[in-house]
Amino acid sequence: MEKTPRKKRKTYTRRAFLKGLGGGAAGTALATRLLGQPLLTSQSELSTAPVSSKKTVTFTVNGKKVLLEVEPRETLLEVLRERLKLTGTKKTCDRGECGGCTVLLDNQPVYSCLFLAYRADGKQVTTIEGLAEGEKLHPVQQAFIDKDAYQCGFCSPGFIMSSVALLSKNPAPSLAEIKAGLSGNLCRCGNYAKIYEAVAAASQSMRKA
Amino acid sequence: MKKHEKYLEDSDLAYLELAKGKEPQGKEISPPEKQEFKIIGQYTPRVDGKLIVTGRAKYTQDLSFKDMLCGKILRSPYASAEIIGMDISQAESLPGVKAVLKLKEGRVKYEGEQVAAVAADDEKTAEEALGLIRVDYKLLPHVVAPEKAMAEGSPQVHDSANVQKLNEYNRGDVDKGFAEAEIIFERTYKTAVEIHHPVETHVSIAQWDEDRLTVWDSTQAIFSVRDGLARALGIPASRIRVIKMYMGGGFGCKLGVNEHTIVAAQLAKETGRPVKITLSRKENSLCVGNRPTSLITVKAGVKKDGALISLFMKNYTSGGVGRGDRCSEPLIDIYKCPNVKVEEFTVFTNTGASRPTRAPGHVQGTFALEGFMEELANELGFDPLDLRRKNYTSSNRGETGIPYSSKGLDKCYELGASAIGWARRNKKPGGGQGKKKRGLGVASQIWWGAGVQGTLADVKIHPDGSVEAISGTQDLGGGTRTFMATITAETLGLEPQDITVKIGDTTYPWAPSSGGSQTTPSVAPAIRDAAMKAAEHLKSLAAKKLNVAASDIALGNKNLFDKNNPERSVAFQEITKELRREAVFHGERGDLPAGFAYNSFGAHFAEVEVDTETGQIKVLKVVAAHEIGRVINKQTAESQVVGGITQGVSAALFEERVIDENTGKMVNPNLQNYKPATSMDSPEIVPIFIDIVDPRINNLGTKGLGEPPRIPISAAVANAVYNAIGVHLREIPMTPDKVLKALGTKETAS
Repeated sequence: MEKTPRKKRKTYTRRAFLKGLGGGAAGTALATRLLGQPLLTSQSELSTAPVSSKKTVTFTVNGKKVLLEVEPRETLLEVLRERLKLTGTKKTCDRGECGGCTVLLDNQPVYSCLFLAYRADGKQVTTIEGLAEGEKLHPVQQAFIDKDAYQCGFCSPGFIMSSVALLSKNPAPSLAEIKAGLSGNLCRCGNYAKIYEAVAAASQSMRKA
Repeated sequence: MKKHEKYLEDSDLAYLELAKGKEPQGKEISPPEKQEFKIIGQYTPRVDGKLIVTGRAKYTQDLSFKDMLCGKILRSPYASAEIIGMDISQAESLPGVKAVLKLKEGRVKYEGEQVAAVAADDEKTAEEALGLIRVDYKLLPHVVAPEKAMAEGSPQVHDSANVQKLNEYNRGDVDKGFAEAEIIFERTYKTAVEIHHPVETHVSIAQWDEDRLTVWDSTQAIFSVRDGLARALGIPASRIRVIKMYMGGGFGCKLGVNEHTIVAAQLAKETGRPVKITLSRKENSLCVGNRPTSLITVKAGVKKDGALISLFMKNYTSGGVGRGDRCSEPLIDIYKCPNVKVEEFTVFTNTGASRPTRAPGHVQGTFALEGFMEELANELGFDPLDLRRKNYTSSNRGETGIPYSSKGLDKCYELGASAIGWARRNKKPGGGQGKKKRGLGVASQIWWGAGVQGTLADVKIHPDGSVEAISGTQDLGGGTRTFMATITAETLGLEPQDITVKIGDTTYPWAPSSGGSQTTPSVAPAIRDAAMKAAEHLKSLAAKKLNVAASDIALGNKNLFDKNNPERSVAFQEITKELRREAVFHGERGDLPAGFAYNSFGAHFAEVEVDTETGQIKVLKVVAAHEIGRVINKQTAESQVVGGITQGVSAALFEERVIDENTGKMVNPNLQNYKPATSMDSPEIVPIFIDIVDPRINNLGTKGLGEPPRIPISAAVANAVYNAIGVHLREIPMTPDKVLKALGTKETAS
């Protein structure tokens, strides 16, 4: 059955992704070590792969600056989970089919499993770990608890990041807009109906605030 | 059959036996007290919500240990072949590779079967090493379609014939029944293979410390993983500890020990380092289970007044190299009928083995039975709901067995019909107007879910007033942690957030696998029992302090107080100081009183819109009425229902494993071409709970809810489509091509 195509993202389409494979080196060459304070990665961790193939990149993750040497084949998801130990972002299909790995890149949602880490150079990355301010939850996070918008919770980080992105573009989405806005994320427990409720509730509480 | 494959089957069997509940032991329990609960039965947010929404909840996938190696498995690319040689020397000499194991000799029987394994410093090296293993295969003929496997002369999958008897059942005399009947009606229904596809793929980490093994596993069944590992590795269960953290869905495919978990333990032993094996989405599609097909013919002998006199069912079900599902239970049980005969056969094919899949057998059997009832109602000129009411029962085995301890199906019909607006249905199937035709359909549900006797749980109270609720159970997303906290808090007069819940570790008291809707009716009564014992002890301490009889003490608002004079009270934290050391109270889920049948019931009402030009079906609304005894937490119960319906809509409209017959390979081993429902496909869902407390099932009067909402939904949707367009598709998934073909056939016929 032909289904409504999953959400197309303005900035990071598959085409842009493929183009990026060839065109990212110029950006990385501009990176300097001076930007990378404080460092989250020790020198010893960097010494495991052949240096010749690596690129130095700097970007911020949840407000902290990061300097890393990445292999051209490393995805942002791999860097976040395996090198920065930010395991809140989940690996579910590893091929851009489910949205479980959604993070925000300069406030745009991206599938981090399809996004090469070196293309994050100079960007701001926000993961699920960076959403709450201390112990104060983001309204979307609070709404997910209040409306029970998850079961196993494994897809929740991706759904929450997509919801945050949706509400920043469209603070008062209709039900149809919520459905379309989240159509790039899969919840196998099937809790969509509860997720819509949570996004609607978050939208309300954010507009009140 | 390999050693551990055997164990998988054992655990699957155990799953079904456990789901049914063991034979009642005879010892009667007193009915649950008639009392008002403050937290139980309300909408309680999950106690672990904050961990989930901040990404801090640790899933097995998220764990890594010092010196941990990455394990990967080389799998057969062929559906049927003979391994005539394997060279692992190049893989072994790749820098970073720490171990290579040959896992298979001789014949491989399905795409995805384990052939060899490696452990390496990192994932990319492990992948590279797999590519360096040279396996020479001699291709053998394969058969992947059940219909072909049934034919004479088709390639044989195992050493015996491809078609084997799976199940038979007889009561009364069906031939006599058919002779007495005024109308004979027969139809055949078909369901496809579904893949579980939990969002967290299977993952296991194994670590040895001398002769002791610890395994972190994404599993629904820590104790059965432990026991399966003990048998496969030939070591005592006492030396194995299995830990389950948060886990990203299972739906049956994480019951029992997995082959790759055994391999992880072997690689860890070989290398002396922890080994983690994470399956890919493709591996998840091929080799960790699926829901078997069904091809079910139902024949009924009926009186003109709608009374069922005789029912015959024949099923050919295929679970690949594993067994198919017994699908006859709903037909045997749910409707009044004196004469029933069932014959079920399993058909082997060269595809991955089946696994229990949320409501195994009942989903397929209900699709057939409930579609049949809808078509029969039309044949007789009955309202489909009236036909079901006409054959209503109050005892099992179609009114020939023992009484149900509680049964609220009639109430489900009543409230569900009212909520969907049943009177709006097309009086004649096909009465939908315009190019987009709407229709309504109904289907009934029965399941077991009484829980498992002997389930254990502890409540531990510390002198500082902190409380632990402990059981070796699992939370798959159903909210186990939350109901354990809720029940403990309710019983001790505390708040759910005051309770520290500990689950998912085989060093904790025994609990059954989380499958078959048995977690709540097993663990909830056990933790209630433990908490009641703790409450009794604390009451006796408070009685001395307040100088009243212990029977006059009650717990509430974090105090213990004199019921007759609530002013006289002592704080919970004051009383616990008297304990001086931690005090553990052991609870157990008691016996089921004999002489009664324990089942859950429900009815789904679906409204659909069928685009007769494109063949596309849209499910607009589903009303789901369920009777599961006492509802412990409405918040998580509603989610169970929402999830079951979404999955059932998905199976009804989209999901199907597709295998190329020529190559024997699966062509949609991913989430893009295997199409689970997305947010665009989810209908409006109205959950309704019939709040009756089962008087004897356990000390809380509660039944399980995991499977029930998944059971009737596909049938309800198919029946609604029938009501809209006047032709029953009798097959899921109901893809647009099938809808258009059916509409075409109808036009040609008219």
